[in-house]
Amino acid sequence: MDNTLSHEQHVQIQAHIQAHQHVPGGLMPLLHAIQDDIGYVPESVYPEIAKALALSVAEVHGVVSFYHHFRSHPIGKHVLQVCRAESCQSMGSAKLEAELKAKLGVDYHQTTADGNLTLLPVYCLGNCGCSPAVMLDDEVYGRMSADKVTALISEVCHG
Amino acid sequence: MVKVYVPIDSTALSLGAERTAKKIMQEAQARGVEITLVRNGSRGLFWLEPLVEVETAQGRVAFGPVQPSDVAGLFDAGFTQAQADKAKAHPLYLGLTDELAWLKKQQRLTFARVGITDPLSLEDYLAHDGYQGLKNALAMSGADIVKAVTDSGLRGRGGAAFPTGIKWNTVLNAPAEQKYVVCNADEGDSGTYSDRMIMEDDPFVLIEGMTIAGIAVGATQGYIYLRSEYPHALKTLNEAIRKANLAGYLGENIQGSGHTFHLEVRRAAGAYVCGEETSLLESLEGKRGLVRFKPPLPAIEGLFGKPTIVNNVISLATVPIILDKGAQYYADYGMGRSRGTLPIQLAGNLKQTGLVELAFGATLRELLYDYGGGAASGRPIRAVQVGGPLGAYLPESQFDTPLDYEAFTKIWAVLGHGGIVAFDDTVDMAKMARYAFEFCAVESCGKCTPCRIGSTRGVEVMDKIVLGKNHPQNVQLLRDLSDTMLNGSLCALGGMTPYPVLSALNHFPEDFGLSNKEAAA
Repeated sequence: MDNTLSHEQHVQIQAHIQAHQHVPGGLMPLLHAIQDDIGYVPESVYPEIAKALALSVAEVHGVVSFYHHFRSHPIGKHVLQVCRAESCQSMGSAKLEAELKAKLGVDYHQTTADGNLTLLPVYCLGNCGCSPAVMLDDEVYGRMSADKVTALISEVCHG
Repeated sequence: MVKVYVPIDSTALSLGAERTAKKIMQEAQARGVEITLVRNGSRGLFWLEPLVEVETAQGRVAFGPVQPSDVAGLFDAGFTQAQADKAKAHPLYLGLTDELAWLKKQQRLTFARVGITDPLSLEDYLAHDGYQGLKNALAMSGADIVKAVTDSGLRGRGGAAFPTGIKWNTVLNAPAEQKYVVCNADEGDSGTYSDRMIMEDDPFVLIEGMTIAGIAVGATQGYIYLRSEYPHALKTLNEAIRKANLAGYLGENIQGSGHTFHLEVRRAAGAYVCGEETSLLESLEGKRGLVRFKPPLPAIEGLFGKPTIVNNVISLATVPIILDKGAQYYADYGMGRSRGTLPIQLAGNLKQTGLVELAFGATLRELLYDYGGGAASGRPIRAVQVGGPLGAYLPESQFDTPLDYEAFTKIWAVLGHGGIVAFDDTVDMAKMARYAFEFCAVESCGKCTPCRIGSTRGVEVMDKIVLGKNHPQNVQLLRDLSDTMLNGSLCALGGMTPYPVLSALNHFPEDFGLSNKEAAA
């Protein structure tokens, strides 16, 4: 039993494991379901997942660690993804990322001291007609500047 | 009641369309103006988003870009009577949408309904020729459906440009109790968004295309492998699939035909390499997205070892119009061996970005200047990258190349998924070459050595070149390394990373500290 997880979270995870146990190729949807609810895929549940899906713990770890989207540790309350791909670079994303890192006081894959926001790089958000683009939680924003992103953060994360 | 359209496409939303829509509803209520608000897809004129349209007797009239702060003024001008003189005098008035130069010259076949209909209205879809292709397909044999797709000349729009009909034929002739149709919706190439637009703005056309594919080859289960960066597409697809099931367009006994086709969306998890079809299949099976050796081809041993069609979103979304209007109708568009149309995506440093669907054969110059209006920065366009992060960089001297798979191959470039990213003259091409290696290192699945190790060594060699260390030797090393990756990698990720690298080096040697002469040597 992982003490960092609440009873409710354990129940949620169990329900997801049961729901995906017999789904063909069910590991990916299961990991998504757990991360959607808990915010990450706790390492402590790898053995349960492995047992239910007839996999080894190493295989579960292998899948979680292969994909950029999955994480095995909790992160900030909100997630800001800054696009680093070519289209955004052509519209000054290198400057945007440098300014945002300075303003937030964090590098990529780090969380602000108040635990509010995690900064992540992303390679294309499909908003290349309005570069540079960022994604704050589940919403994409186009033609961004550091000031605009800072205003967004205040509105969404502190509003 | 007058209909007012505000797009629900991600790009429109990224520019504030949701707030604009809310403000229009509030203002209409406050003023007692009766309107019906329709959330349509995007017409693909991104510099004018949020583009608001009003239905009139003459057709839809456009206003844009409309910010919430513009809404009160639009009501003051009586914009809901869009053809009245007062509305026409408003600075955001653009005229009849269909008459806008950007749209008027396009040949929209795959994107025929995009921006026009409400994406989640099946009634709207049916009223705009939706499910006509399926209706025809249900009266045909599987072999005849496959023949129509082959005769249309459709080639894989994901980038590889493999003839779709030939792939289908292999699956058709592979005996198996279970076959699959997999849609590759892991659109990870920078500069591309046409898959996303189809899924968000006309999801039923993809569902229809996949259903036809299933019926053609005898596959009863389909999966859409959707990148996790597209949460709006996920919601829209799931809702459209639910509606199609309810209306008997998916599931058992489709439209009373006895055919079965089940469809499910599966979320990817942010690995670029899973856009490669065998890596995608591994991922769908719940594994790490490691690239498989070929053969066996997925068409023979694909998902869970069964015969599987793996096609890009645009390829599958083009199938309905081919079955509706006939193979010849589609094949009549295009040039050479590139038949039909290509939804081109203009991106990066351009004044006017967005979706342009044209028959193959238009030149880059037309797209960059006639459609794109030149660089957004007002500076000269120095380089364009076509076909995503694994595509070559082209200099101005190649802007007259027609958009045609073979014409691009001839100049050692790729058309890929039709994304065009423009850079102005402030771009440092050595930096872009370094980035290509860096991206490959981040995204490599690690299975083959040239890609796994070569990408990291490439970053290091580029750093030395930029610093001017042992310059001639390191440039030679860069070429050798690129040669190894090009010829020794298992898939296109490692195998095509040399395209952006070497094209940057060959066309822009001065950025690598070389004269033209040195570069040629």
